[in-house]
Amino acid sequence: MPQRRTTASRRPKAPHPPRLTPVSKGRRVYVVSGGVTKFAKAHPAMDFRLMVKRAYDYALKGVPNLTADRIDGSRISYFSDHFTRQLKAASMVQDYLGLNPKGSVRIEWGGATGGECFQAGYEAVASGRMDVCVAAGFETMSRVATWKGNEFIALASDTNFDFPLGGFYTGYYALMVVRHIYEYIRRKKFASVTDEREAQRLAMAEGSRIMSKVSVKNHLNALHNPYAQYPKRLTIDDVLKSEMISYPLTREQICTMSDGAACVILATEERAKEFTDRPVRVTGVGTGTDTMRLADRPFGRVPLLPHERAKDYEDLEYPGIHSFRAGRAAGIEAYRMAGITHPNRELDFIELHDAYASSEIQTYEDLGLCKYGEGYDFVEQGDPFLKGIDYGFPAPRAGAIPVNPSGGLIACGHPVGATGLMQAVFAFWQLQESIEKHFRDAALQLKKPQRGAIHSHAGTGSSVTVSILERGFP
Amino acid sequence: MTARPPVFTKFKDVQAELERSGSAIFRDADGVESLVIRNPYAITYIHSYAEDSPFFLGLAEGRLRGSKCRKPKCGFVYATPRGHCMVCGAPTEWIDLPLKGRVHSWTTCHFGSEAFLKETPYNLAMVEFDGVGSLLLTRLKDCGESDLYVGMPVEARFEPNPKYSITDVWFVPAR
Repeated sequence: MPQRRTTASRRPKAPHPPRLTPVSKGRRVYVVSGGVTKFAKAHPAMDFRLMVKRAYDYALKGVPNLTADRIDGSRISYFSDHFTRQLKAASMVQDYLGLNPKGSVRIEWGGATGGECFQAGYEAVASGRMDVCVAAGFETMSRVATWKGNEFIALASDTNFDFPLGGFYTGYYALMVVRHIYEYIRRKKFASVTDEREAQRLAMAEGSRIMSKVSVKNHLNALHNPYAQYPKRLTIDDVLKSEMISYPLTREQICTMSDGAACVILATEERAKEFTDRPVRVTGVGTGTDTMRLADRPFGRVPLLPHERAKDYEDLEYPGIHSFRAGRAAGIEAYRMAGITHPNRELDFIELHDAYASSEIQTYEDLGLCKYGEGYDFVEQGDPFLKGIDYGFPAPRAGAIPVNPSGGLIACGHPVGATGLMQAVFAFWQLQESIEKHFRDAALQLKKPQRGAIHSHAGTGSSVTVSILERGFP
Repeated sequence: MTARPPVFTKFKDVQAELERSGSAIFRDADGVESLVIRNPYAITYIHSYAEDSPFFLGLAEGRLRGSKCRKPKCGFVYATPRGHCMVCGAPTEWIDLPLKGRVHSWTTCHFGSEAFLKETPYNLAMVEFDGVGSLLLTRLKDCGESDLYVGMPVEARFEPNPKYSITDVWFVPAR
């Protein structure tokens, strides 16, 4: 066994016990409609206003009783002013949609911008401030070259200590997964290998192979999603042999830059019934945060979900740089509000933020779909795969809890300010059982799903949102 | 009469034309034409290191400085310094970090931001130090992808002609 690190001579005490006060849920909030543009490498024929308008019009078309005069206001999201080089771009969206002089505010929360916008819309309705709220978001990342875009994104890391070293998010996530593989594959599966370097080489190869299965899954699911940017059939070998970007992450394990927009309309129960007979209720929202610098993440103890026990993680220094404490915190809050005590039994699917194949696996654990350390086995057993799709390798437990049935960020693309809202739209259509209508393909439609989660993630896990959506009709 | 910019149906070709002449027309599958122009943007920022300044001044003297919480009951030690303790909120004091540590995690970047593309491939490492509660992100030099492993002993090197940047320190395999 490799030696335990000795650096954490002083570490923060156990996490604070969970709050026991009941969650104030405010008014019941429903999703009544949604729309997305196709995500693409570039949409030179549409600026951000027109993209949002297309998604918004699509959403309105789905609910004929919902005329613009019934809308009380909006929440509009985009991540980076650098990409648009147009400050107050959200004001221009509000203007273009014809929603002036109604209230609006711009939402920005790094990679979790879209998820945060969804929750801001939820809060506007739950609080009683609005009866009907539009939550819309976009990003136009094609306006700069890809590597300049990477630079803009990397400016969401500490510009004193992190950015000048290489300014590269894929590099940061690579650091995290190397440690994750060390913790959970080298120290478990290859614990008996005494040559340290050999053990780590074996572990990295194993981790890379399993990560590639996630990439195959998401790209293949997306073949049935007409909104996806990069649907394709890949083999594990294709993924492993694609260009190395930052060891061990290869090109096919990483999402790309995209142009796109998405829009969700949220309403009170009373209004929702006027607009649709298939509303979807938002039953839980959660957010979590962590230090901006990866280097500052503590080595403490795991905040537990109801189905976990302290003894499960006696030997685990948490979160370190291997796990996302913000994702765990967001999950705990959202599950508590929705009354979920055993997420992988009580959720029918999850659309989660797979900016990297590695972070999809790390997120299974944060969200309690499996325990910390079981993420790789979870893939091997097939739980997050869809039933009825041939992935080119066995996935014995396929259908147990499909993750990213839409194809996720890896295959759909990641126009940051739209991404979390795109997840909300796809989850809404899943729960409405209207995937076939919108995708013109029924392959991705789950059978009568009751409850799903969406998960939006920013800046090496510095902020994360989780929202729970439930079928709101008989 | 000036000619219209050339028309392209592939975005890649539009990008190339912008580099050549500064303007192009993109025609999409529906025949819609969009005029696209090149629009450069350069800025020089006045970047103050403010409360982190002693760290960067220290690098220029060959010192690697962390910080330690002043509250005796806490005393958390940070490898990447911060003015106030994130555990208890008390102010911190400057300390000298050991110049030897171990690789906590690592990667080799074959791509990077535009500003760093010319430096690829480069190694990034999180370094852990005995008795220190947090980590330090750094470049790892004088070794390649196949030499690197978690737990590898490393030591600090300093830039003789300081640029007053975090890149004034880097680590190499310990001798």
